[in-house]
Amino acid sequence: MKMKGADILINCLLEQGVDTIFGYPGGTVLDIYDALYRNGKINHILTAHEQGAAHAADGYARVTGKTGVCFATSGPGATNLVTGIATAYMDSIPMVAITGNVGLSLLGRDSFQEIDICGITMPITKHNFIVKDVKELADVVRKAFYIASSGRKGPVLIDILKNVQTEECEYEPAKPERYKALPVKKEKLEPAIAAINESKKPLIIAGGGIISSNSSSLLKELYEGIGCPVVYTLMGKGCIPEDDRHCLGMLGMHGTVAAAKALMNADTIIALGTRFSDRVALNREMFAKNKTVIHIDIDNAEIDKNVRADIHVMGDMYEALKTLIPELNKVQRAEWLDEAAAWKAEEKLKKDTNLLAYKIISAASKLAPKDIPVVTDVGQHQMWTAQHYHVNKPRLFCSSGGLGTMGYGLGAAIGACFGTGKPAVLVTGDGCFNMNLNELSTVVTQGTPIAILLMDNGVLGMVRQWQKIFYGRRFSQTTLNKKTDYVKFAESFGAKGLKIENEDDVEPVLKEAFEYIQKGEGPVLVDCRISPDENVLPMIKPGATYDTQLLKMEEN
Amino acid sequence: MAEYKKDPKKNTIAALVSNKSGVLTRISGLFARRGYNIESLTVCATEDPELSRMTIVLIGDEYTLYQMIKQMDKLDDVKKIGCADELDCVYRELLLVKVPATAEVRSQIVEIKEIYKAKVVDLSVDTMILELTGIPTKLDAFIKVIEPYGIIEMQRTGLTVLARGRHTLKDRDCYGDNI
Ligand SMILES: Cc1ncc(C[n+]2csc(CCOP(=O)(O)OP(=O)(O)O)c2C)c(N)n1
Repeated sequence: MKMKGADILINCLLEQGVDTIFGYPGGTVLDIYDALYRNGKINHILTAHEQGAAHAADGYARVTGKTGVCFATSGPGATNLVTGIATAYMDSIPMVAITGNVGLSLLGRDSFQEIDICGITMPITKHNFIVKDVKELADVVRKAFYIASSGRKGPVLIDILKNVQTEECEYEPAKPERYKALPVKKEKLEPAIAAINESKKPLIIAGGGIISSNSSSLLKELYEGIGCPVVYTLMGKGCIPEDDRHCLGMLGMHGTVAAAKALMNADTIIALGTRFSDRVALNREMFAKNKTVIHIDIDNAEIDKNVRADIHVMGDMYEALKTLIPELNKVQRAEWLDEAAAWKAEEKLKKDTNLLAYKIISAASKLAPKDIPVVTDVGQHQMWTAQHYHVNKPRLFCSSGGLGTMGYGLGAAIGACFGTGKPAVLVTGDGCFNMNLNELSTVVTQGTPIAILLMDNGVLGMVRQWQKIFYGRRFSQTTLNKKTDYVKFAESFGAKGLKIENEDDVEPVLKEAFEYIQKGEGPVLVDCRISPDENVLPMIKPGATYDTQLLKMEEN
Repeated sequence: MAEYKKDPKKNTIAALVSNKSGVLTRISGLFARRGYNIESLTVCATEDPELSRMTIVLIGDEYTLYQMIKQMDKLDDVKKIGCADELDCVYRELLLVKVPATAEVRSQIVEIKEIYKAKVVDLSVDTMILELTGIPTKLDAFIKVIEPYGIIEMQRTGLTVLARGRHTLKDRDCYGDNI
C-alpha cells in the first residue's frame, strides 16, 4: 500500500504495540501529528515541556518494561528532550525518541529550528538515525525499537526530515522482531558454580539488570536455594521484598548498615546486573579486596570496568540464572544468614525515627494503596525514599540513578501512571519540584492520580548536607528563600493542596491524600514542611571504604 | 586473578564498520569521551560496499585496550572488531616526504633512498618527494636519517594491517554473538 511517511511512522508504531506517546507538536512534526490525529488509535499525552515528555516515556518504560515513546519538534523541541534521553541512557531504560527536522532542501543551511540532534545525542543514545529517504523509514523505526529493547536496553533517537513525512512510498506491514536472548551454556557458568558452592559467606548484589530482565522470581530461587543474604542497588530496588529475611536493604553511599557489614564480611560477591558505580563501589580498589567477585552482566564492557571480577559471565540475566540455579548445592548457610539477620534487626532498633521526613515517608509506605508505583526526584528525599519506602515488587520504583536528574520525578510519575493504569506516589523536594512543576498542569488536565509528597525543607538539602560535611557550613546558594505557598499553587493549577506541618498531621493528611488519588479524580500535592537540617544517614564519603560509614553527622 | 598489565604500549585494533556517513564521528566521539589516546586511525573502503575497515593505533595499558574494544563493539555500526596484535599480521604504513634536493645534497639523499628502498615520486629543481612503505619503525628510522637535510613537508598514512594466512576479521566472534 502506498502511504505518506508520516502514516508509515504511525503504522510502524502500531506494529510495535505502542499505545501511548508523550510529546509536544511543532513545525517539523505537523505531518506526524496530522497522521496521529487521522489514525486515532494511539493515546497522546501533551506535556507542558518536552523534558517532561521524555521523563514520562522513561517512567512508562520502567513500570511496564515496554519501550517508552516520545515526540518532539526540531530545534528547541529536540534539545529539550536531551536531559530525558540522557537520564534513560544512564539507567538503561528502553525508549524511542522521535524528532522532526527541516526538509532535505533546507538541511545544513542553519535553517529555522534546524539542529543536529543526532550529533547532540550521539553520546547519550544506544544508537540514533537521521532519516532522509522515506524508503528507509519503516526499517529504521523497526530497527530502533529492536535496538532499544535488546541486550542492555537504552534510548534510541530517530530524526525524521520533514520531506520524508510527506513523501509517499510502499508500506508493507511487518511483525515486530522481538529480541530473543541466547541461552547461557553451563560450561560458561562452571567457574561461578564452583565458587558459589565453595563459598561460606556469599552475598548477592542485585542491580537494575534483575529488573530489566524480569528475573526477580529467579533471584528468589537463587537466594533461597543457596541461603544467602541479598543487598540491592538503587536501580535494583523492588527486586526483593524488603521484609524478606534475606534482604538487607540498599548498598551504597547511603545504604544500610546491615548491607555494609554483609559486604565487609562476605567471602564471595555475586554481582548480578550491576555496574559497580562510584556510588556503590566508592573505593574501587578496596571494594572487594580479598573476596571472590562473580560478575554476571549482559554488557561485556561492564566486566572489569570498575571492579575487577575473578569470574565473569556475559549474558542475559534470566538465561544465566536459569542455567545457574539447578547446578548449585541447595544449602542453608544458616549461621551466615543469622549473622546478617542480627545486623538488620539491630539497625532497625537504632534507627533515628524522630525525623519528620522519616515519619512521613515510612507512613506513606504503609498507608499508600498497595502495589502502586513510587517515583522520586533527586536529593535527600530520594535517599530517604530508597531507605524507608518499602517497594516489594519490581517495576514499582522509578528514580534517576545514574544521571541524578533533578526534575525527573513529575514527568516520570505521569508515565508511571499511564503505564500501570494506577495512581502513583511522587516523593520530591522543593528544589526538584521547582524544576519541572509546569507538568502539574499536565497532570491536572489528564486527571492523573498522583500524590505528590513535597519534602519542603526550604533548601537544596543534599547539597547543603555536603556543605556541612565538606565546606564548613558555608551554605553557598542552597537556601531557596522561595515565598511560594504550595497549597495555593496546587489549587491554582486545579490540583488538591494539603499540608503537613508536624507529626500529628502525618497520618490524617496522608490518608486524605491517598483516598483522594484512589478516587482517580486527579493529583494532590502535600506540602510537607520539614526542617532544613534533617540529614541522610548513614553515609560513606566519596572514595571511602565501607568500614568508614558515618552514622552521625560529622561536620567541618 | 590476573591483573591487567599497567605499562602503556601501542596496540593495533582492526574493525569492520558500516560504510555510512557519521560512523567516523560516532567512533572518534567515543574515543574523546572516554579519554582514549589515539596515535593513528585509518579508514578505507573494502571489498564489501556496505563495510569500511578501520585500523586504530591506541596508546594505552591493557585495561584501556580492552575497554576500548568492548565499548566500540557495542556500537551498532561496528560489525567486527579485534586486537590485531593477537594474531600474526602484516603491518604496513606509507610515507611521503618532501625534502630539499639542491645539487649539493641530491646524491646523498638518493643514496639513503637506495638503502631504504624508497622511491622518488617527484623531482623539481630544488625539491624531491620520496615514497616509502614499510612497518612504522622503518619509517621512523628513515625520517631520522632524512631529517638533517630538512623536511619541507611530510605525510604518513597511519597503520594498516591484515592477518596472515586464512584468518580474516570477518570470522571473529563479536560481543553481540554471545547475548
Ligand atoms: C538538574 C540538576 N541540577 C543540580 C543537581 C545537583 N543536586 C543534587 S541534589 C540537589 C538538591 C535537591 O534539592 P531538593 O529538591 O530540595 O531535595 P532535598 O535534597 O532537599 O531533599 C542538587 C542541587 C542535580 N542533581 N540535578
